[in-house]
Amino acid sequence: MALWVEKHRPAALDKLSFHSGLTEHLKQLASSGDLPHLLVYGPTGAGKRTRIAAVLREIYGPSAEKLKVSQRVFETPSRRKLDINIISSNYHIEVNPSDAGIYDRVVIQDLIKEIAQTQQVAASSARKFKIVVIHEADALSRDAQHALRRTMEKYMGNMRVILCSTSTGKIIGPVQSRCLLVRVAAPSVDEVVDVMNIVAKKEGISIPPSFAAQIASGSQRNLHRALLMLEASYVRQYPFAEAQDVLLPEWEEYIKVIAAAALKQQTPAQLLAIRKQLYELLTHCIPPPTILKGIAMQLIDGVEEELKAEIVHQAAFYEHRLQNGQKAIVHLEAFMAKFMSIYKRHLMELP
Amino acid sequence: MDFFGRPKADVSADSASKTAKHVDPAKDRAIPWVEKYRPKNINEVTAQEEVVQVLRSSLETKNLPHLLFYGPPGTGKTSTILALTRDMYGPDAAKTRVLELNASDERGISVIREKVKNFARAVVSQADPKYPSPPYKIVILDEADSMTGDAQAALRRIMEKYSRITRFCLVCNYVSRIIEPLASRCTKFRFKSLPRDQAIARVKEVAELEYVNCADGAVDALVECAEGDLRRAMMSLQSASRMVQGRALDAEMVAELVGVIPADFVKTLRGAWGVSSAQKIRGLVDDVVYSGYPASRVLSQLHDLVIEDQQLNSLQKAKIAIVMASVDKALSDGADEQLQLFDMMMQASQITAQQTV
Ligand SMILES: Nc1ncnc2c1ncn2[C@@H]1O[C@H](COP(=O)(O)OP(=O)(O)O)[C@@H](O)[C@H]1O
Ligand SMILES: [Mg+2]
Repeated sequence: MALWVEKHRPAALDKLSFHSGLTEHLKQLASSGDLPHLLVYGPTGAGKRTRIAAVLREIYGPSAEKLKVSQRVFETPSRRKLDINIISSNYHIEVNPSDAGIYDRVVIQDLIKEIAQTQQVAASSARKFKIVVIHEADALSRDAQHALRRTMEKYMGNMRVILCSTSTGKIIGPVQSRCLLVRVAAPSVDEVVDVMNIVAKKEGISIPPSFAAQIASGSQRNLHRALLMLEASYVRQYPFAEAQDVLLPEWEEYIKVIAAAALKQQTPAQLLAIRKQLYELLTHCIPPPTILKGIAMQLIDGVEEELKAEIVHQAAFYEHRLQNGQKAIVHLEAFMAKFMSIYKRHLMELP
Repeated sequence: MDFFGRPKADVSADSASKTAKHVDPAKDRAIPWVEKYRPKNINEVTAQEEVVQVLRSSLETKNLPHLLFYGPPGTGKTSTILALTRDMYGPDAAKTRVLELNASDERGISVIREKVKNFARAVVSQADPKYPSPPYKIVILDEADSMTGDAQAALRRIMEKYSRITRFCLVCNYVSRIIEPLASRCTKFRFKSLPRDQAIARVKEVAELEYVNCADGAVDALVECAEGDLRRAMMSLQSASRMVQGRALDAEMVAELVGVIPADFVKTLRGAWGVSSAQKIRGLVDDVVYSGYPASRVLSQLHDLVIEDQQLNSLQKAKIAIVMASVDKALSDGADEQLQLFDMMMQASQITAQQTV
């Protein structure tokens, strides 16, 4: 049984429920037959993937939804073999560069060239080109991005690229220059509620308004998360109560516990205890920046107004180090220690 | 009314409309305007007078040095060298006399040693008598900045050895990534961001040829947002033309299309400094993130506001500039946008609150 997030994913542009202006615009682009390369960006869970799939359908019709997964072998310049899973329809290919690690350039170039060299059978002008969708384009190596530059121009006759990323910050200028930027904002809390109600109706259930609102804001306007939370709550207890607790993912609860501990006691012993908890999160594959940010936001909420700026600054500082560093635990722990020292000094100076 | 770059505009308008007549409209439609209006010969290249001048005289004297073109995207580097080869050999002979390799091609040291070398030392093929056709071939290495140091070094020797029958043109965005011995063998041309007026003239021209109805200021906005990148300006124009459908394109639509953050929103961010609680500021930062506005763009638009700000004294402005600079650095290192913006906003807020004496 598919999850609700997948099961009720709208397939056509007409069925998308928010950002109607953007939808209209995409429709015009898709129908004009001269779709440019696109860089679709916006926060996680804003519905970028769904929108891209709907654009594909608008261009090629329902057969663009007939996806097959195939395993392909690529060869690196050093003659290493790479096995990569590729999702494709008759009209497009989807890749995730992180699957290819440092060899993403090879994989993407091979795919693009292959697509550019196959002739399109359909004569209608909209189908003159095939599309390469690159998910998580933020993760593309510089090398791969550099290689995209001229390729994107050279094969424009029968190939388009759609890049999908959370922000434009990690996409190099020359690649941005070749794309139309398409911003997909997160839905508002109300819009998240609307979508939840649509899904509920399809599942034949009803959600009390206050509970829906609670999930929507708990999801941080992340549609994907909201629907997962809704389904998890449904599995646990239905009918819903007005004041039912919203289930947060376990690791988020855990982060709250860590922050509370640091606010309660600032000693080496406490730091040691926290260190163990941090390791616990890391072994569950929670990304280190997410951990640091999550804890920091809790701490900021927990301290007095005059301390907040300093804590924000330290959080930003250590998160930056984390990005450039090698061992995550070192930076996470350093941040916790820094926080404790600032907070302790503050508490001791209180009259 | 439009007195910018008239003579040149006429030349290219003419040739562009001529080509337009030959293609059937359905097929024509699928050609992106950036390609459709790519300069076909060097006289069609907008601005970049210096390089055009040199290339024109090289067509007359049939003498061409090795070239190195560098500069930001969308300034005509690739177009210029491609146009030159066409002017030089004619479209047919250019196919056998020019080797174009870019970053998408494998260009490791072995390819340089084999493919490039074999091409470089081969005998010059038959010339088309209608064109200058000087007795050498051209190797274009586009995006040369992504070649390895080893490959560049190998290239250097080939360049020396066969320079009598083969000339090289290296094209890149970042000149610092070309090894010095290679760079020093080339005549270097920096492609500047296109001057506003000339970019506007070119975009207007295309808008007219494609019957895009532009209100006053729309083209200015397109060019402004593209920051001297003509490729981006043309692409935005084409996408915008789909959006308007019969109405006139205006500056506001352009701003929305190219992702400029609404001025009011940026003003709200600035307005929070010095008066708002951390929680309020957090809310604003979340709005930025949820809206998907790129942090670097927020930073640069806020920076523009600060420079003009009457309420901040120069010391405060200087301090804020320092904060912005370090946040910008962190962002380009890949630091978290939400935390960095939050930090920047909090610091700027504190600086703004400091008593101005
Ligand atoms: N100087 C210029 N004159 C005319 N058109 C230009 C110029 N610069 C850029 N363009 C337009 O932008 C597109 C990309 O230009 P290109 O030469 O590929 O830029 P790059 O400098 O990145 O190699 C061209 O197809 C053309 O439409
Ligand atoms: Mg180029």
